[in-house]
Amino acid sequence: MWDSTIIMMIVRGIGETLYMTLTSTLLGYVLGLPMGILLVICAKDGIRPNAFVYKIFDLISNIFRSIPFLILLILVMPLTAKLVGKSYGSTATIVPLTFAAAPYIARMVESSLKEVDRGVIEAAQSMGASTWEIVWKVYLKEARTSLIVNATIATGTILGYSAMAGTVGGGGLGDIAIRYGYYRYQVDIMIVTVIILVLLVQLFQSIGMLISKKMDRRRID
Amino acid sequence: MEPIIKIEHLDKWFKVKDMDVHALDDISLDIYKGEIYGIIGMSGAGKSTLVRCLNFLERPTSGDVIVDGKNLAKLSNKELRATRKDIGMIFQHFNLLMQRNVLDNVCFPMELAGVKKKDAREKALEYLKIVGLEEKAKAYPAQLSGGQKQRVAIARVLASDPKILLCDEATSALDPQTTKSILQLLKEINQKYGITIVIITHEMAVVQEICSHVAIIDHGKLAEHGLVSDIFTAPKSKEAKKLIYQGYEHVKEMKGKRCVRIVFSENSSFEPVIGNMVLTCKAPVNILYAHTTDLDGVAKGEMILQLPEDRIIGDQMIEYLKKAKLAVEVLEDYVG
Repeated sequence: MWDSTIIMMIVRGIGETLYMTLTSTLLGYVLGLPMGILLVICAKDGIRPNAFVYKIFDLISNIFRSIPFLILLILVMPLTAKLVGKSYGSTATIVPLTFAAAPYIARMVESSLKEVDRGVIEAAQSMGASTWEIVWKVYLKEARTSLIVNATIATGTILGYSAMAGTVGGGGLGDIAIRYGYYRYQVDIMIVTVIILVLLVQLFQSIGMLISKKMDRRRID
Repeated sequence: MEPIIKIEHLDKWFKVKDMDVHALDDISLDIYKGEIYGIIGMSGAGKSTLVRCLNFLERPTSGDVIVDGKNLAKLSNKELRATRKDIGMIFQHFNLLMQRNVLDNVCFPMELAGVKKKDAREKALEYLKIVGLEEKAKAYPAQLSGGQKQRVAIARVLASDPKILLCDEATSALDPQTTKSILQLLKEINQKYGITIVIITHEMAVVQEICSHVAIIDHGKLAEHGLVSDIFTAPKSKEAKKLIYQGYEHVKEMKGKRCVRIVFSENSSFEPVIGNMVLTCKAPVNILYAHTTDLDGVAKGEMILQLPEDRIIGDQMIEYLKKAKLAVEVLEDYVG
């Protein structure tokens, strides 16, 4: 049964999984990064306190994170159909994945930026830096190792979500695992896809940690 | 002459859990160009809030801060940021950018000011030379000692070519030896570039070492201010006395009747004043407390002497010390 069609299917599955994961992580950051930055600077002790903006993004991020991913997947289906033209397949899965990723990433970014020493921000303010300059040159640069570590974790989580989308025909390795392993009792194919998923997470994690370590200037060596 | 910093009736209230805290209570101070002005107080006295009001990192509740003719409260955000470039600040915990090397840290304010990268680097190297760290240009802050980090912070401040330098407990995290060298550097900067320096500290020794003027802050109020030499020789307020006598507690258990506190301010360091007095009066004294230093050949500091039982010899000694141009204050209840 391990003929070339099965192998080709698995290879295509890997490609789809990578496509879904990386695209929705990227789109998740397009939405989540500014959101996380706003959560930090508009907070009560931030550099531009704004209770209204803070509350809105705080609420959005909490609501979206509390909806189980499978439910979210079904909830946004009409929107997915409008944006992509169909509600199944890997491109369609990117829509709910992005919605799930963005608020999660916003919180990750928020926690990374909050690690930056308040004193360093104060020093930049005392030098006459603008809000934008502080965000760009101080917050993002000083927090970069933590941001990369968190991006690694986010990618792993989104990869897991993408596999979950397989249950409703989302494409990728998760889809293969469900269709062959669960519906057709082909446990060996399921095991192989699961092993590949584990290896992918492992790979992302190693690359992320390596980059963040290389970029960290706080250690003495 | 107009003061470079004019503080007028400054008030600051904080809200801490439904409680209103009066952090600064009607403070008025004039600081003139070229002065090294010490602001001293116990922790929680409000001195850190006061210094943050001088560049509006903290907005006062009422009152005015006029820096170099500009009333900070009346400036737009953009004008305020431009004015802040004239007011450098260094901190207790240095606050360097940890992901940038020493050279890039010094370049940072120039980067904000839009100086070309190449010019900024050249200038930064010059400033690093002034603080004695040019060979550390490529190092990262994590690889430096506390004293070196503060030197980088000073070079970074110089890079924005400020008229005023605010120091918020800048030596409190450093050991005495390093503190001395940093204070020496600040003094050089004051003399060489004419930068007015405001020093916030809780240590009298720092004020004594480099300040020309001092203001004593206690519970948000200005207790006393003036020339360091005047206040140190004859403190008037209770708060000033408390700060100046703060090192004396450990001699409480000494037994004796009459003590004097003497202050050295103009005698030569090489004149053995106490030794000569003992030889002249032919009676010993007990030194209960002494803190003196040699400042360019002039003796600075203070001592507390326990005088002999004999009242006449004691009076003789007081006379002798007064003639020797020392400030003498009889402490009746100091010990006993």
